[in-house]
Amino acid sequence: MEKFEKLQGIAAPMPLVNIDTDMIIPKVHLKSIKRTGFGKNLFDEMRFNRDGTEIADFVLNKPQYRSAEILVAGDNFGCGSSREHAPWAIADFGIKCVISTSFADIFFNNCFKNGILPIVLPQEQVDLLMKDAEKGANARMTVDLEAQEITSSDGDVVKFDVDAFKKHCLLNGLDDIGLTMEKAASIDAYEAKAGAARPWV
Amino acid sequence: MSPKTLYDKIWDAHVAHEADDGTCLLYIDRHLVHEVTSPQAFEGLRMTGRKVRAPEKTIAVPDHNVPTTEGRDDPSQMTEESRIQVAALDTNAREFGVHYYPVSDVRQGIVHIVGPEQGWTLPGMTVVCGDSHTATHGAFGSLAHGIGTSEVEHVLATQTLIQKKSKNMKVEITGKLKPGVTAKDITLAVIGETGTGGGTGYVIEYCGEAIRDLSMEGRMTVCNMAIEGGARAGLIAPDETTFNYVKGRPHAPKAGAFEQALEYWKTLFTDEGAHFDKVVTLKGEDIQPVVTWGTSPEDVLPITGVVPNPEDFEGGKIEAARRSIEYMGLTPGQKLTDIEIDTVFIGSCTNGRIEDFRAVAEVVKGKKIKDGMRAMIVPGSGLVRAQAEEEGLADIFREAGFEWRLAGCSMCLAMNPDQLSEGERCAATSNRNFEGRQGYKGRTHLVSPAMAAAAALTGKLTDIREMM
Repeated sequence: MEKFEKLQGIAAPMPLVNIDTDMIIPKVHLKSIKRTGFGKNLFDEMRFNRDGTEIADFVLNKPQYRSAEILVAGDNFGCGSSREHAPWAIADFGIKCVISTSFADIFFNNCFKNGILPIVLPQEQVDLLMKDAEKGANARMTVDLEAQEITSSDGDVVKFDVDAFKKHCLLNGLDDIGLTMEKAASIDAYEAKAGAARPWV
Repeated sequence: MSPKTLYDKIWDAHVAHEADDGTCLLYIDRHLVHEVTSPQAFEGLRMTGRKVRAPEKTIAVPDHNVPTTEGRDDPSQMTEESRIQVAALDTNAREFGVHYYPVSDVRQGIVHIVGPEQGWTLPGMTVVCGDSHTATHGAFGSLAHGIGTSEVEHVLATQTLIQKKSKNMKVEITGKLKPGVTAKDITLAVIGETGTGGGTGYVIEYCGEAIRDLSMEGRMTVCNMAIEGGARAGLIAPDETTFNYVKGRPHAPKAGAFEQALEYWKTLFTDEGAHFDKVVTLKGEDIQPVVTWGTSPEDVLPITGVVPNPEDFEGGKIEAARRSIEYMGLTPGQKLTDIEIDTVFIGSCTNGRIEDFRAVAEVVKGKKIKDGMRAMIVPGSGLVRAQAEEEGLADIFREAGFEWRLAGCSMCLAMNPDQLSEGERCAATSNRNFEGRQGYKGRTHLVSPAMAAAAALTGKLTDIREMM
């Protein structure tokens, strides 16, 4: 997995609440058996007309946001399905950080597995960053994971929390499975113990 | 020892390793796999030379993409991409040696219906699947939740998940339900109360007399939609209803092993005085038959209500409601019972079980669906279908004018040939009314099976109580 250290990029505002996984990547686009290539269908039904032409007033179609790397979004972002295609599409488009007042649990976890940093902030700080993002291409925010700080284009600094283990994995681009396999002895011991206590499982 | 919730007990019994910061490796007893969220995970194993650690605890079944019409073995019924996904599951299941129910097997069906039906899901287990409706299995008092594909790969390789414990939430439904009110109405009413983000970060335990009174089918319906309330998992403590359902299932323990298991299962309840971080209580007698008017499952109202005005909401929800009402083609103030529908879909992992179909049969027996109505009933598994045929329900459906289909996810989500066309309006027993969920620009109203049946007869959203 690619490391996430410090990101400086354009932030796009998406204030709509409850942006669900079907909006992020409609099911008709889930049919690949690969992990890549979903970016072209990110927010497909909001972004494109049925004939494939762009919907001009959708934020990521506006010239100033086409290369956004940060999304500032409304509450409960990523609700709905467990499909990892949602973070795959976001990452494939080039967005590496999503900021909101809350995220759906499964989506939140899926982000970290794909080098995307989801940041939860109180409403007033999201409002501040939303305003900053609305400035367009001049709104280049800096997200520093090591320092756990976001710096707005005006120089406002917003601190954020992140789980220590998840931070460590993102900073170092670590693969969860490899880390867990180092604990194989614990899993073996658990299986022996649980197998004796609950042999029917 | 301090009192524990049911969630605490199952969690504690499955921690294989705990790091200093509280990050745990949670051992997984059952891993269910379907064709949409697994191909990249199996490919990951192949690329790293890893094996499936516990193939005997891994169960694969295709459901999302498979057509539900006769002759579906004919590959031309699927799009090329769907065929590739189903074929990939077939290859992966055989190569890695996991349990597998292919499309041709009578036991095939929706993964969350097949698991319990075959006795794979048992009380006190941890169950995961790359599908958010894994919450269904919580009806057995098992800790069950959806995971992403990276986690599917992690579970395949290690039989564990990296997890931190969620908070405990209690949802109590007191008293008795009124006639015409079902498990579906309970679960929608709860989401209407808490919002789709209300359960985020929590595991919900549903309890109270109205929950106890439900059959296993009803309990699965309630837990299925825990995720629509934002909770990864919903739980119901196992009791005699649970034990009777489990007993005799193909993969349930037999004889002495069953007695031993039963002894353990009877310890699976929340201790007196255990702490819940959040408590929601609804009175069973207050719950009415409900429908959704918008494009979020929290957009719930009693069938007697009217389409709301966006200005009635606050904050970001005002814009969301405006967008929903426009998408749904409705007018604020419009009576919900005046909304005309052209499609009815009965099925899905929420309401694709035998009890659901019995409820539908009761409403439509000897009647005809409205002229021009497209109405389909899709069993959750081949065995549900067989049982409905045996009980004579299928004949009732056919005579009333319903299409009686083969098992699969069908029109719950637009990944197979069963889809809404632009502007079509559907009363659906499924679980999500998101934009485009049932097809591009399709419009979904979530309802109970009985309400869907009533709508098929009248051509409008209908209060089932007026037909009783």
